[in-house]
Amino acid sequence: MTTDARQIVFDNVSKFYGEVLGVNKVNFSLEPGITSLVGPNGSGKTTLMNLLTGLIKPSRGAIYVLGLTPQQPIEFFRQVGYCTQFDSFPPGTNGYDFIYWPLRLHGFGHGQAAKLTNEALERAGMAQVARRRVAGYSKGMRQRIRLAQAIAHHPSVLVLDEPLNGLDPMARSESIALFEAIAKQGMHVIISSHILEEVDRISDRVVLMSSGYVVAEGQIKEVRREVRDHPMQILVRCSNAAKLASAAFELDHVVEAKILNDGRSVLVRTRDAEQFSLLLNKIVSAGLVEVDAVAPADDDVNSIYQYLIGSDGTPT
Amino acid sequence: MSIQDSVARAQSSLKEQPWRLFASQISVLVRNEVRRNLFSRRRIWVYLLAFLPVLLFIIHNIFSRYHLDSSRIEDDTEVLAGFVQLYYFRLGIFFACMGIFTWLFRGEMVERTLHYQFLVPVRREVLVVGKFLAGAVISIALFEIAVLACFSLTYSRFGAAGSSYVFDGPGLHQLASYLLATPLACIGYGAVFLALSLLFKNPIIPGAMLMGWETITPIFPAWAQRLSVAFYLKHLCPVNLPIEGPLAIFTIVAEPVSPFLAVLGLLCLTVAILVLSCFLIHRLEITYTAE
Repeated sequence: MTTDARQIVFDNVSKFYGEVLGVNKVNFSLEPGITSLVGPNGSGKTTLMNLLTGLIKPSRGAIYVLGLTPQQPIEFFRQVGYCTQFDSFPPGTNGYDFIYWPLRLHGFGHGQAAKLTNEALERAGMAQVARRRVAGYSKGMRQRIRLAQAIAHHPSVLVLDEPLNGLDPMARSESIALFEAIAKQGMHVIISSHILEEVDRISDRVVLMSSGYVVAEGQIKEVRREVRDHPMQILVRCSNAAKLASAAFELDHVVEAKILNDGRSVLVRTRDAEQFSLLLNKIVSAGLVEVDAVAPADDDVNSIYQYLIGSDGTPT
Repeated sequence: MSIQDSVARAQSSLKEQPWRLFASQISVLVRNEVRRNLFSRRRIWVYLLAFLPVLLFIIHNIFSRYHLDSSRIEDDTEVLAGFVQLYYFRLGIFFACMGIFTWLFRGEMVERTLHYQFLVPVRREVLVVGKFLAGAVISIALFEIAVLACFSLTYSRFGAAGSSYVFDGPGLHQLASYLLATPLACIGYGAVFLALSLLFKNPIIPGAMLMGWETITPIFPAWAQRLSVAFYLKHLCPVNLPIEGPLAIFTIVAEPVSPFLAVLGLLCLTVAILVLSCFLIHRLEITYTAE
């Protein structure tokens, strides 16, 4: 596989822990922007991130980040920042030292390391408490100080494992704004999260994982097309829900038409959205029903996730 | 100049001078490890191992201050040799190095902090060398001070006779030998324990086996004795211990070597083990749940 110096490439990557599967046959490449890894616990998101950053080695396949591999640590880790999920810190360290010393290992002198440390602390909103010991931080503060460390050296690829866990709504929205700002600078931001609504809102693309497999990847709409075998849900708000539901049932491709509790909305599940739109147009032009609103009810990550992975985490 | 430009400039300048970068990284690693490990409550037992004999010498000096007899200098020289050769070289430094050097990597796995070291632009070989040097600084500082203190306490209580033994007699040569052998013992055992910590999740059992090996190597052929740290240290000890009976078998020297070759041999053994550690570190993965 050829590697682009701007891409992150997983080339047929598998990881086994003894006989236990971590991830299997992962193949995709990512362009700059925000990419979300979505999947239930144990689906392989953290394994994929640890493989990407060289904390673990693939049993098969290869990974290239901007044309580099973790076997070239000096070049690689200047480009990559990883905020892991491990909530542990060197004993006795304070917030400032936690960022400053790794920067010294990057080779920065005292002045430059101090400048970058202060800048990262400001960006993560941790400047006020930087001299306090990390052991006394709240969970959200620990999360943010790890984020500050990951961004301190201005990486081109930022890998964030559940970065919004433990953050209060204000910190969450500040962090999201920070990720978006970083992505706008043409960088890669790779986020894993269970908070699907937030991921949906900020992601340029998603990678859906289940039981160690990538079950879908691409832009949210592309992923939706990938699963076009699954019925699409369309929510119609109209003057006569019962009439619309019975008309919809006459079509072969409509799987379900459910009148919602408000009595004015119908949730239609159809295998052919275009045909259903034609029907809707006919009904409206005949004056049988007045339609107030039509909206796809599942064109977000959450719905795709439910389609593909199911509520119990098994692929459908 | 924007911060991004200055970062890029600093990085490109370091890229052109990798050895300068390695040296600066090693210096940062040593400073951090020494700060974390030397002045830590967790290391109190290492202080005890190093300074217990010093305490015994102080107690001995207090209780025997009225029974000074300069003819006993030779006896005390043998007592000091016994402490250095049998306690420090065989037990104290051995166990202290076991604690200090195995903790450098394995301890970070237990504390779940090793990933921070693996996520910075540092070659893993540099990490091994930096951590090894930090362990060496800690152990050498403690045991050199302890041996020097034991030596001073041994001869200071004899007053002028003690001074004369040290400065006009064989004392200074003996001190120089001990001060040379002590750091060699620290780096020799340190390198072995660092490698063991990268090979085994629990280095206690291999450590016990190493203890057995170090003890029984005198009964093996000359080539096998060369794979032991104790073999080289024995050749650097200035005073022969008068051990008699069955234990004397453990003091046999099959093929004597000069002190120069002993130093060189131990340094070569240390370097060889460190090179092995550099290979082993590349196999290490961050899987804390398996710890």
